[in-house]
Amino acid sequence: MNIYSIAIMVKNEYGVLNRVTSMFRRRQFNITCLTVSETETEDLSRITVQFEAENDRAREQLVAQLAKLPDVIEFREFNPDESISCELLLIKMANDHDQRSDMLDAADAFHAKIVDYTRESIIFRIAGTSRRIDNFIDLMRDYEILEVCRTGIISLERGNQVLRNVQTN
Amino acid sequence: MQTLTGAQILVQTLVDQGVDTIFGYPGGTVIDIYDALYDVSDQIRHIVTTHEQHAAHAADGYARATGRTGVVLATSGPGATNLVTGIATAFLDSVPMVAITGNVAGSVIGTDAFQELDITGVTLPITKHNYFVRDIARLQDTVREAFALANSGRPGPVLVDIPQDVQRASFAFEHKAPEAPRPHRVPKPEVIAAAAAAINSARRPFIYVGGGVIASGAGKEVIELAERIDAPIGTSLMGISGVPTTHPRYLGLQGMHGHYASTMAMDECDCLIALGSRFNDRATGDRSKFRPSGRVVRIDIDSSELNKTLIDQVDVRSDVKTALVELLPLVERRRHPAWKRKLTELRACEQSFEDVREGLTPRSIMAVIDRHREQDMPLVTDVGQHQMWAAQYLSFSRPRTFVSSGGLGTMGFGMGAAMGASIATGKRTILVTGDGSFAMDMAEFITAADHGIPLTVVLLNNGVLGMVRQWQSLFYGQRHSNTTLERKVDYPAVVRAMGGTGMRVSSLDELDSALEEALASDVPTLIECPVDRDEFVTPMLPPGGTMDDLVLNMDDVRKRLQG
Repeated sequence: MNIYSIAIMVKNEYGVLNRVTSMFRRRQFNITCLTVSETETEDLSRITVQFEAENDRAREQLVAQLAKLPDVIEFREFNPDESISCELLLIKMANDHDQRSDMLDAADAFHAKIVDYTRESIIFRIAGTSRRIDNFIDLMRDYEILEVCRTGIISLERGNQVLRNVQTN
Repeated sequence: MQTLTGAQILVQTLVDQGVDTIFGYPGGTVIDIYDALYDVSDQIRHIVTTHEQHAAHAADGYARATGRTGVVLATSGPGATNLVTGIATAFLDSVPMVAITGNVAGSVIGTDAFQELDITGVTLPITKHNYFVRDIARLQDTVREAFALANSGRPGPVLVDIPQDVQRASFAFEHKAPEAPRPHRVPKPEVIAAAAAAINSARRPFIYVGGGVIASGAGKEVIELAERIDAPIGTSLMGISGVPTTHPRYLGLQGMHGHYASTMAMDECDCLIALGSRFNDRATGDRSKFRPSGRVVRIDIDSSELNKTLIDQVDVRSDVKTALVELLPLVERRRHPAWKRKLTELRACEQSFEDVREGLTPRSIMAVIDRHREQDMPLVTDVGQHQMWAAQYLSFSRPRTFVSSGGLGTMGFGMGAAMGASIATGKRTILVTGDGSFAMDMAEFITAADHGIPLTVVLLNNGVLGMVRQWQSLFYGQRHSNTTLERKVDYPAVVRAMGGTGMRVSSLDELDSALEEALASDVPTLIECPVDRDEFVTPMLPPGGTMDDLVLNMDDVRKRLQG
């Protein structure tokens, strides 16, 4: 299985996410990561999907099916070398007195920001590539992880390439 | 500018779209729409069927026979779910259809109100697109968009769900012309040049005609291409009637039950020119083993169909006609004597094992039907063995005269589709069906009789579910589990009770005179014709098999069953 990444500009209406993900379900592609948000244009949403596909042919099939959906305005497949991707992580750790200073050193090495601090727990925030976040979580396993939440990937192409904001009616 | 209710806006918009016929069934959440239809009964004919599924098939048959968009109307809940098989049938065969459903008022949506159902959710995977109209201001344009979408690119069904409050609200209305379907995209010159180069270097070209040839009206261009490059023509089930079956270059149906010469020629060609066909597994056999020996040139309007199965191919994303018009000037006139000799051999071989038995054999029954059928009459089938026999043995010289459920293979398609085809064309229509299929849709004889729809239904009764039985015989050790029906029903009597005419024949001569009588009658007529339960559809390429596994004819079947 290979992992592919695609950004899709869709109409910002109810049910559209369902139509898009339904296409993945129908063809039995597993979505590994999904983010949806509004854009600078009110009537458009941007969906970033990471999914598994057996090969390029299967991926092309899926993309061609997506392109047919009337709610899909524009889409772009990402080449990792030519795009910037990142994720955001919030991780809540037990604030254990004996391990605190080790843990804070590790977090510091990753430039993780402390966004909440109580006697019982600390929440770190860190942004970066999925790999960097995986590594950070792995490091935190040495201590007591209480809760993890990550946003999923968002991507933009490098340079002046943009997903055109086609005006919808 | 006038103010109309939502229901009136819908109906007036349908008039603007040129809709002359709606098939449907009244119900609680469409009373307002039916009320509005009452006012336009001189412009829109509404046919009440006995079941919404058959209304959907009727809209489908209407569209297949003419290319015009079929329209079906049903109430919410069960009315809407009953449409599902009909919509799916149209979806799989790329038939333009607009399905309109009522729904409960927006204020109670999501409360599981009486007959509330999320039909846009249900039909998501079987429509090109669907709409839930929340705002009456969007109603007119949504309906116009639905028609444009059903007809744009690769055609297909679109559903519009309209809640009762929108039907009852009032809004300003002005007539608008239909939205133009999205324009066809003209293929790039370099792609056309690549396709021409592949075709020009071929020594054994083969043209494979799919449903896209009919949809784009490219029959003439296909023949011209075949003449110029000296190629034979085969069709998929959906491609039947795309080119005249009587044309000397026509080798016949391709695929699981295809004609021998056609299937062999496609296997041996060095350039496969596939026109508007999606290489369904019934057409190609085992896809992983489907490796045409030479180049493949594919023309398809739907880019998601291209690059689906094959490796060395030139993909032309375009409707077939537009592409062929561009392609023809670049294609060189060629003659391939060696290929021609090979094709003559294949045909001779095919004739050597053709079924020439006497009596009421499937082939002889089809021959009698063929003699009586005028070429402009739609010929509709249900699904099963009879469908394959009709596809193999009947002749078609005009596009859109063969109406059959290919992709979904919907038993019970026939009666609805035949009514739709007959109403759309104003022609007498022949339905070839089997006892399994007919039992699913025979209630529609009531509708046909009520409306005086001139159908001639030839029921091939073998007392079994023949196609499944055939598989059980060949691949399941003759364990005929649940396929031996032998029902006690007297079909001619049943249709007489519903207001039709019913006959039973027991010889070819009787069939001959029964058909003559039926085709002169304005009353829908059933002719029940017995068929032996162990008649198989041959040739047969077993599922997952290659040409070496081909079952040739009944003698071959018997040998295999004994061996």
